[in-house]
Amino acid sequence: MSEIYRLTTPLQNSDLISLQIGDKVLLSGKIYTARDAAHQKLIKLLEIGQSLPFDIKGAVIYYAGPAPARPGHPIGSVGPTSSYRMDKFTPPLLAAGMKAMIGKGERGQSVIDALIRYQSVYFAAVGGAAVVAAQAVKAARIVAFEELGPEAIYELAVVDFPVFVAVDVNGNDLFRVGVARYRQE
Amino acid sequence: MKTIDIAQIIPVVKKLCIDANYYVAADVLAKAQASLESEKSPIGREILQILMQNYELAAQWQMPLCQDTGVAVVFVELGQDVHLIGGDFEQAINEGVRQGYAEGYLRKAMVNDPVVKRKNTGDNTPAIIYTEIVPGSSLKITVAPKGGGSENMSEVRMMNVSDGLERIKDYVVDCVRRAGGRPCPPVIVGVGLGGNFEQSALLAKKALLRPLTEKNPEPFWADVEQELVERINRLGIGPQGLGGSTTTWAVSILYKPCHIASMPVAVNLDCHCHRHETAVIE
Repeated sequence: MSEIYRLTTPLQNSDLISLQIGDKVLLSGKIYTARDAAHQKLIKLLEIGQSLPFDIKGAVIYYAGPAPARPGHPIGSVGPTSSYRMDKFTPPLLAAGMKAMIGKGERGQSVIDALIRYQSVYFAAVGGAAVVAAQAVKAARIVAFEELGPEAIYELAVVDFPVFVAVDVNGNDLFRVGVARYRQE
Repeated sequence: MKTIDIAQIIPVVKKLCIDANYYVAADVLAKAQASLESEKSPIGREILQILMQNYELAAQWQMPLCQDTGVAVVFVELGQDVHLIGGDFEQAINEGVRQGYAEGYLRKAMVNDPVVKRKNTGDNTPAIIYTEIVPGSSLKITVAPKGGGSENMSEVRMMNVSDGLERIKDYVVDCVRRAGGRPCPPVIVGVGLGGNFEQSALLAKKALLRPLTEKNPEPFWADVEQELVERINRLGIGPQGLGGSTTTWAVSILYKPCHIASMPVAVNLDCHCHRHETAVIE
């Protein structure tokens, strides 16, 4: 049976070990947005041995680029983007200490293998439910690559940000298991 | 002869951009509500509940349903008895898009060059505009903002004439299978058959404009669509690809005559937000 967990960032191995695919997690603390363009820059920094613009140890990266904030709101709509585009950037970030990603859609086998190796997880948020996601964001600030506009890295302070465990530390993949469960071909 | 000043078009397009992004369309809401009853997966039902909550919050907070407020795809039906005065028609549409995306706090998603510079144009223009000359004296404008996630999972295939309808059906189902969770299911499946390479793709996109609650007017194609809906919903992909019985809300087919040697098939997927708003200037 699926469980509901409350976790606070930065994440530890002990936070993740008991999570199983299909569990719901309400995430609090700081998370960092990054999409394609920001990932390219992060990987370049790692390659030349420079420090990243935020502490990657235990970090959660959210594949998202927000809409502009309305006055009185910390952020605009901010749902997840498709994760597969970030697959090739994921193993080096996991090696550097990242513990989880939030996105939508399937990941490739290389990501799943890296999740097992680094005992990390992939969370699915609900694509297209971007105001529900924004509701969980209490504060936001740009920490790097402001020139990228909506693709800049934002630090989001979130409370009870709702996600599902899509790939767990054992490499179980809800995108495969869930689909197999309901396939009737 | 009816005269329409270009200046009238700008506020109309601006409002269509904002409304399409803030408010769930009635046909989409009806499908979401029906799926809440029929979806077999508990996670699938929870995702559908979150979508319902999102529809309410977006309207209440005046924020876009999805942060990917998309490319502004604009379909125009221009009555042949209309005389447009006062400026450039496409510039007016782009000005409406510019104002809508700025004042509506919508995300700007267009880059100036697809490969090398990829610099954001900063105002979500240019829109992609399709203008059709039709009988009459009114101007009908539909804005259908299209996100990248579902557009990236769309395809055109020049099939073999002898492949026939069964292979076409298999191909459409296979497109949705391969797309999995990436196009944000429950998806709407637009299918364009015939014409040529580019017309099939445009037919697939136009097929997405048919209200989800309406059947294909031709019983034969209505049956094909129904069969495809059932086959796709047996794939098990479910809401967001996490497993379930609701993978599509509708399949919509449009076709045109084509060359004796050709059978173009285009599949344009749309996400569950399925944004579209229409206005008529008379």
